[in-house]
Amino acid sequence: MPGLADDLHETPSQTAGPYVHIGLTPDAAGISIYGGDLGGAIAGPASPGERIRVEGVIFDGTGTPITDALLEIWQADASGLYPKPGAQTDDDFRGWARAITDFTTGLWHFETVKPGPIVEGNGATQAPHINLWIVARGINIGLNTRIYFADEAQANESDPVLNMIEWGSRRATLMAHRHCDTPVYRFDIRLQGEDETVFFDV
Amino acid sequence: MIASFYPRDRHRHPQALTPDYKSSVTRSPRYPLLSIDQTTSERTGPTFGHGDINPGDNDLLLNHAQTGDPIGERIIVHGRVLDENAKPVPGALIEIWQANAGGRYRHRNDRYLAPIDPNFGGCGRTLTDDTGAYAFRTVKPGAYPWRNHGNNWRPAHIHFSVFGTAFCQRLITQLYFEGDPLISLCPIVRSIADEAAIAALTARLDMKTTASFDAIAYRFDIILRGQPATPFEHQLEGN
Repeated sequence: MPGLADDLHETPSQTAGPYVHIGLTPDAAGISIYGGDLGGAIAGPASPGERIRVEGVIFDGTGTPITDALLEIWQADASGLYPKPGAQTDDDFRGWARAITDFTTGLWHFETVKPGPIVEGNGATQAPHINLWIVARGINIGLNTRIYFADEAQANESDPVLNMIEWGSRRATLMAHRHCDTPVYRFDIRLQGEDETVFFDV
Repeated sequence: MIASFYPRDRHRHPQALTPDYKSSVTRSPRYPLLSIDQTTSERTGPTFGHGDINPGDNDLLLNHAQTGDPIGERIIVHGRVLDENAKPVPGALIEIWQANAGGRYRHRNDRYLAPIDPNFGGCGRTLTDDTGAYAFRTVKPGAYPWRNHGNNWRPAHIHFSVFGTAFCQRLITQLYFEGDPLISLCPIVRSIADEAAIAALTARLDMKTTASFDAIAYRFDIILRGQPATPFEHQLEGN
């Protein structure tokens, strides 16, 4: 039956369209209903760890910055732990945030703490990384990727997910690069082309 | 240790490149997605509580009202969020957005000639209750033309954003309304090849939930990725 629960397959995705801001960042769209957008503070002042900014631009297949995308991140804290279910606004580290691309320049950014390496149940260790999910007009199903840190070369070498990428050259698309001596990492995303970012089927 | 989630059935989802929806042409990755074994990063996710939202956020008839109620057909949209094993997903954050009854969005980039409704914002949000149930009050959105081919009209639709318990369950979709002849003509709908999957996005008229002399109701259930049951779970409890 249409739309009913006896069809127990995951509900199919549809594009977020060009007006995603109305629903997910209404303040940024100029609609003041909720008294603030969700997903602004990923790591409160009491969260330990190095304060960093991660920023970039999403380029479409013509090399044009996308100015109508929404991004969400999910990350571990500086000690490599994800927030437990039920952790809410009163906890200082939330691990989750949401950002939009600038309406003119396409630049997006997150202010957060650098995540630590994550020890898995099977003993493997994941290199520090930030999980990223992107939606926009023209994107039919949200794109999953990961932001790794180029200055964590040793940890990256043994990362189980990076090592699933057969092509060394494509691994480079997942590296955020630190800008000189500032705590700013640059992570540009390319949806197509020679340097197309690696996207995952998670 | 959280179990892995069932793999996504990509045949029920739209492909990335669906040329009849022109915006997908330059925005679709061309390399295949790389399948990975799920890690803690995919199996965990943010959780939300009543401290994150306000009590009236799910009432679009009132949440942006300035001088009175918005113009349009008053509707209730409700349903449940379940996983693929029919297990309710309580505490799921649902955020919706939509055009007003004339088919116009309150957005800087929407220049359609239909007017903005001063009493309608077009967004709402809620958390599912212990049974996975949710409900919104709103107006039925209007169809509107969009620049794709020369004469494309979006069927009336409401955008839904849903969180489960894991980041790999994150989903954005659109609700359509039973009986709308524009559904089968829409290149965005048709980005989904599977007819049964399209039917799953079509909310059904629900006369039982109608508010008498007030609002007509539609039912829309949402299914998120599930996890295989742990075979020893019950045995351990029994022993």
